[in-house]
Amino acid sequence: MIGRRAFACAAALLWLVATALAADLQFPALTGRVVDAANLLTPDQRAGIEAKLKAHEDKTSDQVVVATVPSLQGTTIEDFGNRLFRDWKLGQAKTNNGVLLLVAPAERKVRIEVGYGLEGALTDALSKVIIASAITPRFKQGDFAGGIGAGIDGILAILSGDAQGWQRKPQVRGDEVDPAQVTLFVVLFLVILFVMWRMNRAGGGRGGIIVLPGPGSGGWSGGYSGGSSGGYGGGFSGGGGSSGGGGASGDW
Amino acid sequence: MQAGTWSRRSGGDTSPLARFASALVALVLATCLSGCGAINRVPTLEEQAKSAWSEVQNQYQRRADLIPNLVETVKGYAQQEKDVLIGVTEARAKASSVKVDAGTVSDPQKFKEYQDAQNQLSGALGRLLVTVERYPDLKSNQNFLALQSQLEGTENRIAVARRDYIGAVQAYNTEIRTIPGRWIASWFYPESKPMETFAATRDADRPPNVKF
Repeated sequence: MIGRRAFACAAALLWLVATALAADLQFPALTGRVVDAANLLTPDQRAGIEAKLKAHEDKTSDQVVVATVPSLQGTTIEDFGNRLFRDWKLGQAKTNNGVLLLVAPAERKVRIEVGYGLEGALTDALSKVIIASAITPRFKQGDFAGGIGAGIDGILAILSGDAQGWQRKPQVRGDEVDPAQVTLFVVLFLVILFVMWRMNRAGGGRGGIIVLPGPGSGGWSGGYSGGSSGGYGGGFSGGGGSSGGGGASGDW
Repeated sequence: MQAGTWSRRSGGDTSPLARFASALVALVLATCLSGCGAINRVPTLEEQAKSAWSEVQNQYQRRADLIPNLVETVKGYAQQEKDVLIGVTEARAKASSVKVDAGTVSDPQKFKEYQDAQNQLSGALGRLLVTVERYPDLKSNQNFLALQSQLEGTENRIAVARRDYIGAVQAYNTEIRTIPGRWIASWFYPESKPMETFAATRDADRPPNVKF
Protein backbone atom coordinates (compact mmCIF):
# COMPACT_ATOMS: atom_id res chain seq x y z
CA MET A 1 0.00 0.00 0.00
CA ILE A 2 2.68 2.41 1.05
CA GLY A 3 4.83 1.31 -1.81
CA ARG A 4 2.04 1.97 -4.26
CA ARG A 5 1.41 5.40 -2.80
CA ALA A 6 5.10 6.25 -2.99
CA PHE A 7 5.14 5.11 -6.58
CA ALA A 8 2.12 7.26 -7.38
CA CYS A 9 3.80 10.23 -5.70
CA ALA A 10 6.98 9.68 -7.66
CA ALA A 11 5.03 9.36 -10.89
CA ALA A 12 3.12 12.55 -10.16
CA LEU A 13 6.36 14.35 -9.37
CA LEU A 14 7.95 13.13 -12.58
CA TRP A 15 4.92 14.23 -14.56
CA LEU A 16 5.05 17.63 -12.89
CA VAL A 17 8.72 18.02 -13.70
CA ALA A 18 8.10 16.93 -17.29
CA THR A 19 5.25 19.38 -17.81
CA ALA A 20 7.23 22.14 -16.11
CA LEU A 21 10.09 21.48 -18.50
CA ALA A 22 7.73 21.45 -21.45
CA ALA A 23 6.16 24.73 -20.39
CA ASP A 24 9.44 26.41 -19.53
CA LEU A 25 10.86 27.31 -22.87
CA GLN A 26 13.83 29.62 -22.97
CA PHE A 27 13.17 32.59 -25.20
CA PRO A 28 15.76 35.02 -26.55
CA ALA A 29 15.39 38.62 -25.41
CA LEU A 30 13.51 41.01 -27.68
CA THR A 31 16.46 43.20 -28.56
CA GLY A 32 15.11 44.69 -31.77
CA ARG A 33 12.82 44.02 -34.70
CA VAL A 34 15.20 41.32 -35.89
CA VAL A 35 16.37 38.87 -33.23
CA ASP A 36 18.90 36.67 -34.99
CA ALA A 37 19.69 34.15 -32.27
CA ALA A 38 20.63 31.51 -34.87
CA ASN A 39 23.10 33.85 -36.63
CA LEU A 40 21.69 33.58 -40.13
CA LEU A 41 22.15 37.21 -41.12
CA THR A 42 25.05 39.60 -41.49
CA PRO A 43 24.77 42.93 -39.64
CA ASP A 44 24.09 44.73 -42.94
CA GLN A 45 21.26 42.39 -43.87
CA ARG A 46 19.78 42.71 -40.41
CA ALA A 47 19.93 46.50 -40.54
CA GLY A 48 18.23 46.49 -43.94
CA ILE A 49 15.32 44.36 -42.72
CA GLU A 50 15.03 46.33 -39.48
CA ALA A 51 14.77 49.61 -41.39
CA LYS A 52 11.90 48.21 -43.48
CA LEU A 53 10.07 46.96 -40.41
CA LYS A 54 10.54 50.23 -38.55
CA ALA A 55 9.25 52.25 -41.48
CA HIS A 56 6.16 50.05 -41.63
CA GLU A 57 5.54 50.32 -37.89
CA ASP A 58 5.93 54.09 -37.91
CA LYS A 59 3.30 54.26 -40.63
CA THR A 60 0.74 51.71 -39.38
CA SER A 61 1.77 50.75 -35.80
CA ASP A 62 1.86 47.09 -36.93
CA GLN A 63 4.76 45.37 -35.20
CA VAL A 64 6.41 42.88 -37.53
CA VAL A 65 9.33 41.02 -35.97
CA VAL A 66 11.76 38.43 -37.31
CA ALA A 67 13.21 35.80 -35.00
CA THR A 68 15.66 33.03 -35.74
CA VAL A 69 16.24 30.46 -33.02
CA PRO A 70 18.95 27.82 -32.74
CA SER A 71 16.48 25.25 -31.36
CA LEU A 72 12.75 24.72 -30.82
CA GLN A 73 13.57 22.99 -27.52
CA GLY A 74 11.60 19.89 -28.32
CA THR A 75 8.23 21.45 -29.06
CA THR A 76 6.46 22.16 -32.35
CA ILE A 77 7.09 25.38 -34.22
CA GLU A 78 3.40 26.29 -33.80
CA ASP A 79 3.63 25.98 -30.04
CA PHE A 80 6.99 27.71 -29.83
CA GLY A 81 5.88 30.50 -32.14
CA ASN A 82 2.71 31.21 -30.19
CA ARG A 83 4.47 31.21 -26.82
CA LEU A 84 7.29 33.40 -28.10
CA PHE A 85 4.75 35.81 -29.62
CA ARG A 86 2.93 36.08 -26.30
CA ASP A 87 6.16 36.37 -24.34
CA TRP A 88 7.22 39.30 -26.49
CA LYS A 89 3.69 40.75 -26.61
CA LEU A 90 3.98 41.84 -30.22
CA GLY A 91 1.51 44.37 -31.58
CA GLN A 92 -0.31 47.14 -29.75
CA ALA A 93 -2.32 46.08 -26.72
CA LYS A 94 -5.66 47.23 -28.10
CA THR A 95 -5.32 46.16 -31.72
CA ASN A 96 -3.10 43.06 -31.35
CA ASN A 97 -1.46 43.97 -34.65
CA GLY A 98 1.74 41.96 -34.44
CA VAL A 99 3.34 39.46 -36.80
CA LEU A 100 6.22 37.12 -36.01
CA LEU A 101 8.32 35.44 -38.69
CA LEU A 102 10.05 32.59 -36.90
CA VAL A 103 12.86 30.57 -38.48
CA ALA A 104 14.29 27.41 -36.90
CA PRO A 105 17.14 26.29 -39.16
CA ALA A 106 18.06 23.25 -37.05
CA GLU A 107 14.55 21.78 -37.41
CA ARG A 108 14.17 23.24 -40.93
CA LYS A 109 10.87 24.85 -39.97
CA VAL A 110 9.50 28.31 -40.58
CA ARG A 111 6.32 29.92 -39.26
CA ILE A 112 4.40 33.15 -39.68
CA GLU A 113 2.49 33.76 -36.44
CA VAL A 114 -0.22 36.40 -36.79
CA GLY A 115 -1.73 38.44 -33.95
CA TYR A 116 -5.49 38.46 -33.39
CA GLY A 117 -5.93 41.88 -34.96
CA LEU A 118 -4.25 41.03 -38.27
CA GLU A 119 -5.85 37.63 -38.84
CA GLY A 120 -8.34 39.22 -41.22
CA ALA A 121 -5.63 40.80 -43.34
CA LEU A 122 -2.84 38.25 -43.22
CA THR A 123 -4.94 35.08 -43.40
CA ASP A 124 -3.67 31.56 -42.90
CA ALA A 125 -3.92 30.94 -46.64
CA LEU A 126 -1.93 34.07 -47.52
CA SER A 127 0.69 33.23 -44.90
CA LYS A 128 1.01 29.79 -46.42
CA VAL A 129 1.42 31.26 -49.90
CA ILE A 130 4.20 33.55 -48.67
CA ILE A 131 5.99 30.64 -47.01
CA ALA A 132 5.61 28.28 -49.96
CA SER A 133 6.41 30.75 -52.74
CA ALA A 134 8.79 33.31 -51.23
CA ILE A 135 10.55 31.75 -48.27
CA THR A 136 11.12 28.01 -48.56
CA PRO A 137 12.42 27.94 -52.17
CA ARG A 138 15.25 30.29 -51.10
CA PHE A 139 15.85 28.45 -47.83
CA LYS A 140 16.27 25.24 -49.83
CA GLN A 141 19.23 26.83 -51.58
CA GLY A 142 20.68 27.99 -48.28
CA ASP A 143 19.80 31.64 -48.93
CA PHE A 144 18.40 32.56 -45.52
CA ALA A 145 18.77 36.32 -45.91
CA GLY A 146 17.00 36.22 -49.27
CA GLY A 147 14.18 34.05 -47.93
CA ILE A 148 13.62 36.20 -44.85
CA GLY A 149 13.78 39.37 -46.92
CA ALA A 150 11.31 38.07 -49.51
CA GLY A 151 9.00 36.81 -46.75
CA ILE A 152 9.04 40.21 -45.03
CA ASP A 153 8.36 41.95 -48.34
CA GLY A 154 5.36 39.68 -48.86
CA ILE A 155 4.02 40.26 -45.34
CA LEU A 156 4.44 44.03 -45.55
CA ALA A 157 2.86 44.11 -49.01
CA ILE A 158 -0.22 42.29 -47.75
CA LEU A 159 -0.43 44.40 -44.60
CA SER A 160 -0.32 47.63 -46.64
CA GLY A 161 -2.80 46.39 -49.24
CA ASP A 162 -5.96 48.41 -49.77
CA ALA A 163 -8.51 45.60 -49.66
CA GLN A 164 -7.06 44.38 -46.39
CA GLY A 165 -7.02 47.89 -45.03
CA TRP A 166 -10.76 47.99 -45.39
CA GLN A 167 -11.20 44.80 -43.47
CA ARG A 168 -9.14 46.08 -40.63
CA LYS A 169 -10.60 49.53 -40.26
CA PRO A 170 -13.78 48.69 -38.32
CA GLN A 171 -11.85 46.75 -35.77
CA VAL A 172 -9.38 49.53 -35.11
CA ARG A 173 -12.13 52.11 -34.91
CA GLY A 174 -14.06 50.15 -32.30
CA ASP A 175 -11.22 50.50 -29.85
CA GLU A 176 -10.98 54.27 -30.01
CA VAL A 177 -11.93 56.29 -26.95
CA ASP A 178 -14.79 58.77 -27.12
CA PRO A 179 -13.16 62.24 -27.15
CA ALA A 180 -16.06 63.74 -25.15
CA GLN A 181 -15.33 61.36 -22.31
CA VAL A 182 -11.67 62.26 -22.33
CA THR A 183 -12.50 65.96 -22.19
CA LEU A 184 -14.90 65.44 -19.30
CA PHE A 185 -12.29 63.43 -17.44
CA VAL A 186 -9.60 66.06 -17.95
CA VAL A 187 -11.93 68.87 -16.82
CA LEU A 188 -12.90 66.94 -13.70
CA PHE A 189 -9.28 66.23 -12.95
CA LEU A 190 -8.37 69.91 -13.29
CA VAL A 191 -11.26 70.94 -11.00
CA ILE A 192 -10.13 68.49 -8.34
CA LEU A 193 -6.58 69.66 -8.70
CA PHE A 194 -7.71 73.29 -8.32
CA VAL A 195 -9.79 72.50 -5.21
CA MET A 196 -6.90 70.64 -3.66
CA TRP A 197 -4.61 73.54 -4.42
CA ARG A 198 -7.03 76.01 -2.81
CA MET A 199 -7.40 73.82 0.27
CA ASN A 200 -3.68 73.55 0.45
CA ARG A 201 -3.28 77.31 0.31
CA ALA A 202 -6.04 77.90 2.84
CA GLY A 203 -4.49 75.42 5.23
CA GLY A 204 -1.27 77.43 5.24
CA GLY A 205 1.50 75.83 3.26
CA ARG A 206 2.20 72.29 4.35
CA GLY A 207 -0.44 72.16 7.05
CA GLY A 208 -3.37 71.37 4.74
CA ILE A 209 -5.20 68.13 4.47
CA ILE A 210 -3.54 67.16 1.22
CA VAL A 211 0.05 68.14 0.68
CA LEU A 212 0.93 68.91 -2.89
CA PRO A 213 4.61 68.71 -3.65
CA GLY A 214 6.11 72.09 -4.30
CA PRO A 215 7.81 72.90 -7.57
CA GLY A 216 11.08 71.10 -7.90
CA SER A 217 10.54 68.86 -4.89
CA GLY A 218 10.29 65.86 -7.17
CA GLY A 219 7.10 64.60 -5.59
CA TRP A 220 5.07 63.90 -8.73
CA SER A 221 6.80 61.09 -10.46
CA GLY A 222 5.73 57.73 -11.70
CA GLY A 223 2.07 58.22 -12.42
CA TYR A 224 1.58 58.60 -16.13
CA SER A 225 4.12 56.46 -17.86
CA GLY A 226 4.05 53.08 -19.45
CA GLY A 227 0.89 52.67 -21.45
CA SER A 228 1.27 51.24 -24.89
CA SER A 229 4.40 52.83 -26.25
CA GLY A 230 5.19 50.26 -28.86
CA GLY A 231 8.80 50.77 -29.65
CA TYR A 232 9.08 54.33 -30.80
CA GLY A 233 12.43 55.94 -30.25
CA GLY A 234 15.61 54.06 -29.54
CA GLY A 235 14.60 50.91 -27.69
CA PHE A 236 12.09 48.41 -28.97
CA SER A 237 9.57 46.47 -26.97
CA GLY A 238 6.32 44.68 -27.57
CA GLY A 239 3.19 46.82 -27.31
CA GLY A 240 1.16 44.26 -25.33
CA GLY A 241 -0.51 42.39 -28.19
CA SER A 242 -1.39 38.72 -28.28
CA SER A 243 -1.98 35.95 -30.75
CA GLY A 244 -4.31 33.00 -30.83
CA GLY A 245 -2.33 30.80 -33.18
CA GLY A 246 -3.20 32.38 -36.53
CA GLY A 247 -0.80 32.09 -39.46
CA ALA A 248 0.89 29.18 -41.17
CA SER A 249 3.99 27.02 -40.98
CA GLY A 250 6.18 25.27 -43.48
CA ASP A 251 9.38 23.31 -43.79
CA TRP A 252 12.11 22.97 -46.34
CA MET B 1 -20.50 61.82 28.59
CA GLN B 2 -22.46 59.75 26.19
CA ALA B 3 -19.36 58.03 24.90
CA GLY B 4 -18.36 57.21 28.45
CA THR B 5 -21.61 55.49 29.27
CA TRP B 6 -21.50 53.58 26.03
CA SER B 7 -18.03 52.21 26.64
CA ARG B 8 -18.84 51.35 30.25
CA ARG B 9 -21.95 49.55 29.19
CA SER B 10 -20.30 47.54 26.46
CA GLY B 11 -17.35 46.78 28.69
CA GLY B 12 -19.57 45.59 31.49
CA ASP B 13 -21.93 43.55 29.38
CA THR B 14 -20.61 40.00 29.16
CA SER B 15 -23.67 38.16 27.90
CA PRO B 16 -22.73 35.24 25.60
CA LEU B 17 -24.77 36.67 22.78
CA ALA B 18 -22.81 39.93 22.71
CA ARG B 19 -19.54 38.05 22.88
CA PHE B 20 -20.57 35.86 20.01
CA ALA B 21 -21.66 38.87 18.00
CA SER B 22 -18.42 40.73 18.58
CA ALA B 23 -16.41 37.64 17.70
CA LEU B 24 -18.40 37.27 14.53
CA VAL B 25 -17.87 40.91 13.62
CA ALA B 26 -14.14 40.53 14.24
CA LEU B 27 -14.01 37.42 12.12
CA VAL B 28 -15.90 39.02 9.27
CA LEU B 29 -13.76 42.14 9.47
CA ALA B 30 -10.55 40.15 9.48
CA THR B 31 -11.63 38.10 6.51
CA CYS B 32 -12.76 41.17 4.65
CA LEU B 33 -9.46 42.91 5.25
CA SER B 34 -7.33 39.97 4.29
CA GLY B 35 -9.59 39.05 1.43
CA CYS B 36 -10.21 42.52 0.03
CA GLY B 37 -8.06 41.80 -2.97
CA ALA B 38 -9.25 38.22 -3.16
CA ILE B 39 -12.97 38.83 -2.90
CA ASN B 40 -13.31 39.57 -6.59
CA ARG B 41 -10.92 36.88 -7.70
CA VAL B 42 -13.48 34.08 -7.84
CA PRO B 43 -15.86 35.79 -10.29
CA THR B 44 -12.96 37.28 -12.24
CA LEU B 45 -11.33 33.91 -12.76
CA GLU B 46 -14.69 32.36 -13.51
CA GLU B 47 -15.34 34.89 -16.24
CA GLN B 48 -11.87 34.36 -17.66
CA ALA B 49 -12.39 30.61 -17.80
CA LYS B 50 -15.79 31.09 -19.42
CA SER B 51 -14.40 33.38 -22.06
CA ALA B 52 -11.57 30.93 -22.71
CA TRP B 53 -14.24 28.29 -23.17
CA SER B 54 -16.11 30.47 -25.67
CA GLU B 55 -12.88 30.76 -27.62
CA VAL B 56 -12.53 26.96 -27.72
CA GLN B 57 -16.09 26.67 -29.00
CA ASN B 58 -15.47 29.45 -31.50
CA GLN B 59 -12.52 27.65 -32.99
CA TYR B 60 -14.31 24.31 -33.14
CA GLN B 61 -17.17 26.08 -34.86
CA ARG B 62 -14.75 27.65 -37.30
CA ARG B 63 -13.47 24.21 -38.16
CA ALA B 64 -17.00 22.91 -38.66
CA ASP B 65 -17.71 25.82 -40.99
CA LEU B 66 -14.74 24.92 -43.20
CA ILE B 67 -15.80 21.33 -43.71
CA PRO B 68 -18.64 21.59 -46.26
CA ASN B 69 -16.37 23.51 -48.62
CA LEU B 70 -13.56 21.03 -48.09
CA VAL B 71 -15.83 18.07 -48.73
CA GLU B 72 -17.15 19.67 -51.93
CA THR B 73 -13.65 20.32 -53.22
CA VAL B 74 -12.45 16.81 -52.49
CA LYS B 75 -15.59 15.34 -54.06
CA GLY B 76 -14.71 16.94 -57.38
CA TYR B 77 -11.47 14.96 -57.56
CA ALA B 78 -12.04 11.86 -55.51
CA GLN B 79 -15.62 10.81 -56.03
CA GLN B 80 -14.84 7.19 -55.23
CA GLU B 81 -13.80 8.02 -51.65
CA LYS B 82 -17.43 8.17 -50.60
CA ASP B 83 -16.96 6.41 -47.26
CA VAL B 84 -14.38 8.84 -46.02
CA LEU B 85 -16.38 11.84 -47.17
CA ILE B 86 -19.58 10.58 -45.58
CA GLY B 87 -17.65 9.85 -42.40
CA VAL B 88 -16.49 13.47 -42.21
CA THR B 89 -19.95 14.85 -42.94
CA GLU B 90 -21.57 12.66 -40.32
CA ALA B 91 -18.94 13.41 -37.71
CA ARG B 92 -19.44 17.11 -38.38
CA ALA B 93 -23.20 16.83 -37.99
CA LYS B 94 -22.75 14.99 -34.72
CA ALA B 95 -20.20 17.45 -33.38
CA SER B 96 -22.45 20.38 -34.27
CA SER B 97 -25.41 18.81 -32.48
CA VAL B 98 -23.57 18.54 -29.16
CA LYS B 99 -23.49 21.95 -27.54
CA VAL B 100 -21.87 22.94 -24.28
CA ASP B 101 -22.23 26.61 -23.44
CA ALA B 102 -20.25 28.54 -20.87
CA GLY B 103 -22.91 27.90 -18.22
CA THR B 104 -22.94 24.11 -18.38
CA VAL B 105 -19.20 23.68 -18.61
CA SER B 106 -19.21 22.34 -15.03
CA ASP B 107 -21.23 19.30 -16.15
CA PRO B 108 -18.75 16.41 -16.62
CA GLN B 109 -21.14 14.28 -18.68
CA LYS B 110 -21.95 16.95 -21.24
CA PHE B 111 -18.36 18.04 -21.39
CA LYS B 112 -17.20 14.54 -22.19
CA GLU B 113 -19.87 14.19 -24.88
CA TYR B 114 -18.65 17.38 -26.50
CA GLN B 115 -15.03 16.36 -26.36
CA ASP B 116 -15.74 12.89 -27.77
CA ALA B 117 -17.72 14.33 -30.67
CA GLN B 118 -14.95 16.78 -31.54
CA ASN B 119 -12.31 14.04 -31.26
CA GLN B 120 -14.32 11.91 -33.65
CA LEU B 121 -14.43 14.73 -36.12
CA SER B 122 -10.66 15.17 -35.77
CA GLY B 123 -10.21 11.50 -36.56
CA ALA B 124 -12.48 11.63 -39.62
CA LEU B 125 -10.66 14.72 -40.89
CA GLY B 126 -7.33 12.99 -40.37
CA ARG B 127 -8.51 10.06 -42.49
CA LEU B 128 -9.68 12.43 -45.20
CA LEU B 129 -6.31 14.17 -45.34
CA VAL B 130 -4.51 10.84 -45.58
CA THR B 131 -6.80 9.77 -48.44
CA VAL B 132 -6.11 12.99 -50.28
CA GLU B 133 -2.45 12.02 -50.50
CA ARG B 134 -3.38 9.65 -53.32
CA TYR B 135 -4.72 12.43 -55.56
CA PRO B 136 -1.91 14.63 -56.90
CA ASP B 137 -4.31 16.75 -58.97
CA LEU B 138 -6.34 17.58 -55.91
CA LYS B 139 -3.23 18.36 -53.90
CA SER B 140 -2.14 20.97 -56.41
CA ASN B 141 -5.61 22.56 -56.67
CA GLN B 142 -5.42 26.18 -55.49
CA ASN B 143 -8.76 26.06 -53.73
CA PHE B 144 -7.83 22.91 -51.91
CA LEU B 145 -4.47 24.32 -50.85
CA ALA B 146 -6.17 27.38 -49.42
CA LEU B 147 -8.70 25.24 -47.57
CA GLN B 148 -5.98 22.99 -46.27
CA SER B 149 -3.97 25.90 -44.88
CA GLN B 150 -7.12 27.27 -43.26
CA LEU B 151 -7.84 23.91 -41.71
CA GLU B 152 -4.28 23.67 -40.49
CA GLY B 153 -4.49 27.16 -39.02
CA THR B 154 -7.78 26.34 -37.35
CA GLU B 155 -6.43 23.17 -35.80
CA ASN B 156 -3.59 25.24 -34.43
CA ARG B 157 -6.00 27.84 -33.06
CA ILE B 158 -7.96 25.04 -31.42
CA ALA B 159 -4.75 23.83 -29.77
CA VAL B 160 -3.99 27.34 -28.49
CA ALA B 161 -7.57 27.89 -27.30
CA ARG B 162 -7.55 24.57 -25.48
CA ARG B 163 -4.25 25.41 -23.83
CA ASP B 164 -5.61 28.78 -22.71
CA TYR B 165 -8.78 27.16 -21.42
CA ILE B 166 -6.85 24.55 -19.45
CA GLY B 167 -4.77 27.33 -17.87
CA ALA B 168 -7.83 29.46 -17.04
CA VAL B 169 -9.75 26.54 -15.52
CA GLN B 170 -6.72 25.51 -13.51
CA ALA B 171 -6.47 28.99 -12.02
CA TYR B 172 -10.21 29.10 -11.28
CA ASN B 173 -10.45 25.60 -9.82
CA THR B 174 -7.40 26.20 -7.65
CA GLU B 175 -8.92 29.44 -6.41
CA ILE B 176 -12.22 27.91 -5.32
CA ARG B 177 -10.54 24.88 -3.75
CA THR B 178 -7.85 26.62 -1.72
CA ILE B 179 -8.47 28.46 1.47
CA PRO B 180 -9.39 32.11 1.18
CA GLY B 181 -11.02 31.53 -2.18
CA ARG B 182 -12.93 28.52 -0.95
CA TRP B 183 -14.53 30.49 1.88
CA ILE B 184 -15.26 33.44 -0.33
CA ALA B 185 -16.82 31.19 -2.94
CA SER B 186 -19.04 29.42 -0.42
CA TRP B 187 -20.19 32.68 1.21
CA PHE B 188 -20.56 35.05 -1.70
CA TYR B 189 -20.69 32.86 -4.80
CA PRO B 190 -22.39 29.62 -3.76
CA GLU B 191 -23.31 28.87 -7.37
CA SER B 192 -19.69 28.69 -8.55
CA LYS B 193 -18.62 25.11 -9.22
CA PRO B 194 -15.35 23.60 -10.39
CA MET B 195 -15.14 23.45 -14.18
CA GLU B 196 -14.26 20.53 -16.39
CA THR B 197 -11.02 20.58 -18.29
CA PHE B 198 -9.58 18.64 -21.17
CA ALA B 199 -7.86 15.34 -20.52
CA ALA B 200 -4.10 15.64 -20.06
CA THR B 201 -1.97 16.29 -23.09
CA ARG B 202 -2.63 13.81 -25.81
CA ASP B 203 -2.08 14.07 -29.52
CA ALA B 204 -5.26 16.13 -29.67
CA ASP B 205 -3.36 19.01 -28.11
CA ARG B 206 -1.06 19.28 -31.06
CA PRO B 207 -2.07 20.24 -34.54
CA PRO B 208 -2.16 17.22 -36.86
CA ASN B 209 0.83 16.78 -39.07
CA VAL B 210 -0.37 17.82 -42.50
CA LYS B 211 2.15 17.01 -45.19
CA PHE B 212 2.20 18.78 -48.50
